[in-house]
Amino acid sequence: MKKIKIIFSFIVLLGMATGCSSVKAYQKSKINDSEMELNAKKAEKPESNFQSYSEGASGANGGKVGGGCGCN
Amino acid sequence: MILSAFSQTNNADTASYKNRKLNLEEVNLVSGYYSQDGNHSAVTGGIGTQKLNDVSNVIDLKFVKWDGSNNKYSWNLELGVDHHTAASQAYISTTGASSPTGTRIYPSINWKVEKNNGFNFGFGAAMSGEYNYHSLSANFSVGKISANKNTEVNFKATAFLDKVTMLEPAELIPKATQSTITTFTTASGRIVSSGGGEDEVSIPKSSRNTFAGSLTLSQVVNKNMQVAFITDAVAQNGFLSLPFHRVYFEGKDSAKIENLPGTRIKFPLGLRLNYFLGDKIIFRTYYRYYTDSWGIQSHTASLEVPYKISPFLSVSPFYRYYIQTAANYFAPYKQHQLSEQYYTSNYELSAFTSQFMGVDVKVTPKHGVFNIPLFNTVEIRYGHYKQTTGLQANNIGINLNFK
Repeated sequence: MKKIKIIFSFIVLLGMATGCSSVKAYQKSKINDSEMELNAKKAEKPESNFQSYSEGASGANGGKVGGGCGCN
Repeated sequence: MILSAFSQTNNADTASYKNRKLNLEEVNLVSGYYSQDGNHSAVTGGIGTQKLNDVSNVIDLKFVKWDGSNNKYSWNLELGVDHHTAASQAYISTTGASSPTGTRIYPSINWKVEKNNGFNFGFGAAMSGEYNYHSLSANFSVGKISANKNTEVNFKATAFLDKVTMLEPAELIPKATQSTITTFTTASGRIVSSGGGEDEVSIPKSSRNTFAGSLTLSQVVNKNMQVAFITDAVAQNGFLSLPFHRVYFEGKDSAKIENLPGTRIKFPLGLRLNYFLGDKIIFRTYYRYYTDSWGIQSHTASLEVPYKISPFLSVSPFYRYYIQTAANYFAPYKQHQLSEQYYTSNYELSAFTSQFMGVDVKVTPKHGVFNIPLFNTVEIRYGHYKQTTGLQANNIGINLNFK
């Protein structure tokens, strides 16, 4: 039941976000700022690696989802 | 990498000059230094040192060209090399005499076309190689951006075909006696005959396959906010244990090799939300819910707040909180029962919480770093990590960006 609630919340948020008003290209000076990028920063790459190796969960962050060992 | 396509910073619609020849557009040099210590190594059955140091270096080249129809073609080439020293690795042998060091090399190539109608697709291949583990992967991605460039959806499918070298703890290697020949593992991981000659013998390998589908939707909400929803569905099969992880059972002094199920399904759901407050402060937020077929559930939440001291300098404190439940097959040292089918004492699969906090400094001088015009950005990131298992770590990441 808890899983269903979490997934349902994501779907509701998804619907809310896609129903947003249109933003024109000339209004995107802040959206285009490099700190606003929706991907992880390049400098985050080493920490993403050790987190995926030392924690049970991984994925849903745009990084790799498999491959490599990280066994030690 | 997939998310770079979702960032609304894509300047395809604003570029004043579009190069028809293949052009090196961007180079990133990413280096990392990581150091950890703890007392729950899986190599020694959930007890023993986890001391580890790792140095990583990655070079990432992006080439771009445009055709006469304003379609954009990009090639990403990446080469990474990691070198680690892990104290626990020495204890793959019984006496602690195995080599504690290792090197991993991982090249990749990705090709992508962004059509003038907003459609994009791409292919990629990668490999990763280290002494006891080899991985080959291929991916395919397809996506579409809306006409007003406020909405983008992308799908990526990736397959990893891995090989695990069955490097077992020395005392658990079956003594294969053929007439007078007995084999065992040396400190360097070689199979050696009892005759004294160090004959390199091929160590068996086991397969591990991973198939992943990733769906991402990004949306500009208003002129200050954008969000991305990210879902992965990951299926793994094959040898998902590691052959040098020992497990000790209640009342027994001898170990067995970790034994985990041959399949695992993972399902993470992520949400990124970035908000620009005023002119100087940005909130970068991330939340992930994760569940898998081994019984782990986790929540990850992070917040990073870049503060723009000037247009060329930003300082970003960050904090990440993580919590997970234990896998069904985990028990600490000597707490497993011999009757159990699956067992591990790897604390990565235990119940714990972790915190990671630090600061990121990003410098983007107007005329380039050190007045070198192509040297666009220096970003340095330091963080301290601690788990309730006792594991503590420090990490430094540096990105030098040229474009």
